[in-house]
Amino acid sequence: MEFSKDDVRKVAKLANLALTEDEVDRMAHDMGEVLTHMEQLATLDTSNVEAMAQVLFAAPDTASLRPDEVRERTVLGTKEALQNAALSGAGHFKVPRVIER
Amino acid sequence: MNEVASLTIAQVREGLRAKTFSAVELTAEALRFAEAENPKTNAYLAFSREMAESAARDVDAKLARGEDPGILGGVPVAVKDVISTKGVVTTCGSKMLERYVPPYDATAVERLKAAGAVIVGKANCDEFAMGSSNENSAYGPVRNPVALDRVPGGSSGGSAAVVAQGTAVVSLGSDTGGSIRQPASFCGVVGVTPTYGRVSRYGLVAFASSLDHIGPFARNVSDAASVLQAIAGRDELDATSAFAPVDDYQVEMRKPVKGMKIGIPKEYFEGLAAETGDKIHAGLDVLRRLGCEIKEVSLPHTPYAISCYYIICTAEASSNLARYDGVRYTARAEGASLTEMYSKTRGEFFGMECKRRIMLGTYVLSHGYYDAYYLKAQKVRTLIASDYSNALKDVDALVAPVSPFPAFKIGEKIADPMQMYLSDIYTITGDLAGIPCMSVPCGLTPGGLPVGMQIFAGHFQESAMFRLAYAFEQAGGVA
Repeated sequence: MEFSKDDVRKVAKLANLALTEDEVDRMAHDMGEVLTHMEQLATLDTSNVEAMAQVLFAAPDTASLRPDEVRERTVLGTKEALQNAALSGAGHFKVPRVIER
Repeated sequence: MNEVASLTIAQVREGLRAKTFSAVELTAEALRFAEAENPKTNAYLAFSREMAESAARDVDAKLARGEDPGILGGVPVAVKDVISTKGVVTTCGSKMLERYVPPYDATAVERLKAAGAVIVGKANCDEFAMGSSNENSAYGPVRNPVALDRVPGGSSGGSAAVVAQGTAVVSLGSDTGGSIRQPASFCGVVGVTPTYGRVSRYGLVAFASSLDHIGPFARNVSDAASVLQAIAGRDELDATSAFAPVDDYQVEMRKPVKGMKIGIPKEYFEGLAAETGDKIHAGLDVLRRLGCEIKEVSLPHTPYAISCYYIICTAEASSNLARYDGVRYTARAEGASLTEMYSKTRGEFFGMECKRRIMLGTYVLSHGYYDAYYLKAQKVRTLIASDYSNALKDVDALVAPVSPFPAFKIGEKIADPMQMYLSDIYTITGDLAGIPCMSVPCGLTPGGLPVGMQIFAGHFQESAMFRLAYAFEQAGGVA
């Protein structure tokens, strides 16, 4: 299938991903090739098949499901959660201005 | 001291018991050797000397008090750099996380430490575990210790290479579509992908959450089983980790294999080149001589596996990698607005393969395409999983090749992503079904490159898998 440079730019925008012109070129080619391969799935009849929603659904002893109870737990404190931030202050992550006044 | 490059867990244990060496001495020697050898392969991204020395001192102190230091007491271990290590930089092979220091340990790491392991360093890998050759690392490719002009496989190439090179006794890797078994086969070591949920994913940096597994590399089956023993079992911090009890693998793997039924999936041998196929057939002969009953089985949806896998894994990856937006994880590019900052950060710090998968994943999940791609793939995944459950009704395990070919040359396939994706055909199905599978060394090609034999078993049947692998290894494997 054809995947145009405009298609690439549209998806890149959805993904918040800045691409150079070279990358747009290469991506159009690579995505076209991969999506063409994926078209084979359409030839398989899956009208009576359930989509897999849980990997171990069919496993005996699955038991990764626990009773649905709320548990109080704090894994990281504010300091630890912020220690890898690009920019932080006063206990918050800092980002460029979002709302114009 | 035994040659550090060939030590096994049993030898470390015996050496410490007999006071041939202390844990501190062994750690110093292991680090010296690893640092000296690393320039040949680039398999380690970093060494964690301080953490290692302190762990070794703890082991020696326990021994001095007459306490058991744990099943991995004093054993030098490497950890793939997508697995979080508290206080030790975890880059995921990406520029995005060049300065990222996890504030907590992955559960698997915590359990390694509790078992007395000495973590000596972080192993190189494809960026965010995306790749089949370790050429996608932002810190340079890993070279295969068996043939330095060849790839070690991927994405856990560094974890396989350090074990093959002898710069760690065992290591942890992660497997989403073959990232443990394929490098294990390329480097001639044992690599284990346990059942989905057998090992907690807490602290494993997420690539595709419904497919990600942590598992061990080792130079023999027993060592791999010991590492899995140490890290397996329910963890409250990973809701998908399983409650199923963990067997005593050292006991289970020594049970006889006579009479075990083994299936060989015919789809995995069609068109397989002789250099690999001959070795797998020789391996099957060994199992036959051990009294296993071998019959052909069919996994009819195998031809759809690559499409199914690359839809699901890219969809999950595009969602998981959305968190790298310049806010919480160190790297940020400047932008006038929030969205511009997001977009520029991601454009600047992700490598090409990550970008490709984010794009594919975003596309297959986008409005108007979801049903045709993602939902369809989840249905095909059900079919692939039932292929396995049907086949495993009649047999105890399946045996197949790991990879269609042995280690290829660095640079040979990197320009063609589709060809690289197709090379995962024999390993991705195990991940899609969530069943345990492993690669065990099965001789060398006429060109001298390692071949791996793959063993699959039913959900939580790691014991059956280890039993076959151990018997095969003890019988001498394939020359």
